[in-house]
Amino acid sequence: MTIEAPRRVGQAFDTDELVLNMGPQHPSTHGVLRVVLRLDGERVVDADCVIGYIHRGVEKLCENRDWTQIILLTDRMDYVAAATSNLGYVETVEKLMQVEVPRRARYIRTILAELQRIASHCLWLGTHAMDIGAMTVLLYAFREREHVLDLFEEYCGARLTYNSMRIGGLPLDIPTGWDKKVSAFCDLMEPKLDEYEELLTNNRIWVGRTRDIGVISGEEATALGLCGPPLRGSGVSRDVRKDEPNAAYEEFDFDIPLGTRGDTYDRYLIRLEEFKQSIRIIRQALEGMPEGPVMGKVPRLIKPPAGETYHAIESPKGELGYFIVSDGRSTNPYRFRVRPPSFCNLQGLRRLVRGHLVADVVALIGTIDIVLGEVDR
Amino acid sequence: MLETFIIPLLQIAVLLNAVLVAVTFMVLMERKVMAWAQARLGPMRVGPHGILQAIVDPIKLILKEDITPVAADKWVFTVAPIMSLVPALVVFSVVPFGPDPLYYVADINVGLLFIVAVTSIGVYGIILGGWSSNSKYPLLASLRASAQLISYEIAVTMTLVSVILTSGTLSLVGIVEAQREAGVWFGFIQPVAFVLVFIGGLAETNRVPFDLPEAETELTGGFHTEYSGMRFALFFLAEYANIIVISAIVAIMFLGGWMRPFPNVEALAFLDLIPPWIWLIGKIFLFLYVFIWIRATLPRYRYDQLMRLGWKVLIPIAIGNLVITGIVKVLV
Repeated sequence: MTIEAPRRVGQAFDTDELVLNMGPQHPSTHGVLRVVLRLDGERVVDADCVIGYIHRGVEKLCENRDWTQIILLTDRMDYVAAATSNLGYVETVEKLMQVEVPRRARYIRTILAELQRIASHCLWLGTHAMDIGAMTVLLYAFREREHVLDLFEEYCGARLTYNSMRIGGLPLDIPTGWDKKVSAFCDLMEPKLDEYEELLTNNRIWVGRTRDIGVISGEEATALGLCGPPLRGSGVSRDVRKDEPNAAYEEFDFDIPLGTRGDTYDRYLIRLEEFKQSIRIIRQALEGMPEGPVMGKVPRLIKPPAGETYHAIESPKGELGYFIVSDGRSTNPYRFRVRPPSFCNLQGLRRLVRGHLVADVVALIGTIDIVLGEVDR
Repeated sequence: MLETFIIPLLQIAVLLNAVLVAVTFMVLMERKVMAWAQARLGPMRVGPHGILQAIVDPIKLILKEDITPVAADKWVFTVAPIMSLVPALVVFSVVPFGPDPLYYVADINVGLLFIVAVTSIGVYGIILGGWSSNSKYPLLASLRASAQLISYEIAVTMTLVSVILTSGTLSLVGIVEAQREAGVWFGFIQPVAFVLVFIGGLAETNRVPFDLPEAETELTGGFHTEYSGMRFALFFLAEYANIIVISAIVAIMFLGGWMRPFPNVEALAFLDLIPPWIWLIGKIFLFLYVFIWIRATLPRYRYDQLMRLGWKVLIPIAIGNLVITGIVKVLV
């Protein structure tokens, strides 16, 4: 704990600062995050994040597992976006092994990743709005998230931890009629987005609660290592899908929404726009879906050659990177390291909350969209 | 003997029971209406469509373990919920459910002043409850609550004065009678006051979008975080009783109380067949519904925004409304 002891402020009234412990059991810390706040009245003087309450040692566990078994462990990191965690890992190993992935597999992966982005953003929107007091949005967003989970269930049988990808491709081709259901979901989702916007975007209270809250400049955001929507909200155009295209992203047309002010409202607008861009990508992928196998040529026993590699993808929360070292001899990685976007974005919280009120802390935890499973690993 | 003691006591007994039962059913109504707004079903398990949930909830709260934190100020901790509930119930004594003395416990000539005075005692319960818990979240919440209630009290009282100017009386029965004589509900004569009192009522009863003292997602539960079991239930009862009180006051002052709509239109006289108390209760439930509807729709204000709204918007409008009412009153 680096937080200082409360100190006396003011002369006449002899007022003290108050140290308030928020979490790990608090309704709006999105899991077991603990934030120690130093308050002057209701104004936050300083904040300190204490993490590690669900540290399971996933990275170390991965170093003792088979290359294919690791996919299952990546599910348990960002458990609200398991498919993108899978995608990042399998692509890293494929890069290490120089495996060619069939085009159809890359298309389906893109669809899964974008569906996952929609599901993850639904959860973010619902909880973020709930934290600010708009209760109904939560249930509306979960209603749509349910459709995505149904699609995943039909594809791979699981609703949360999918284990949906394999090194070199996919375990399964899409079921018959699944593409039609995905397309129907896209048609269903678009009007729902207008519904969310109707409830929030022009709502005076919502704008009042998010405008100019947690403003951060592009330079500062970059210096803090923020990624994903919090970085793009400050106007920095950085999206791994565009900059270092993976899966089949280079074949699709989509925009990267950017913010101008770098406040909570901008980050909200960006994520809402990302919903629309995801739907756009999914539609293109469904239309141009190539025929062919979904599994590339991969040896029965996966043993990548000695070497190390770093590969990143754009998860719903930001840049999700894997750094993997293989010694070329064993059937497990020599070193396994994740660059989790939630962890990196959480670093910004202390900077964001300073000078704001207690109520804003909750809004700011919501706006950086963290999953503690990924922060602690 | 009969006139002075027995009938009032019976009235009080009926009224208290009616209010407490109404509160439990209002909780059920809130859960159901919220559920419909949010594309879900709400309580469905106990009784047909969850009707009996209203009875099961209080039973659960009574049976729950009653915990007093070690560090709490035990005496104050015990008294606080009572101080919160009693004023909320006492206020009902002056609420007239009909023109006949049978329909109200008391018609005092300073009825409105009595209501304003008694409801503001309720805030002591919240402050003391938060303070005696000896815990940080309840303390912050109770500080918020006291600031909020006092600021909105001013706006509401200022607005009520302009209604008193219009009606010429402080008695609630008199206010309804004045509306009958005027032939129109005061809601149409004083629309600004109507809206102001309603907004102030939302704030005074800690409802969304002004529910800061019990902002779950910020302060984990607000001033009653440390309370459990029946003591928590007392706060809960007080809160909902207050909502009913505010709805009743707004209905009486602006929507003609127990009167049917358009009391001066003879063609609608057949509506008088419905007893007056049903009209008032219907109007109260209309407001309760709007309260719940607002809760399902709006996010929450932040503390400073709330104070700004109270002091910089509502109070100036209330004063302006009062001045204009006064000028009109003198000229007409």
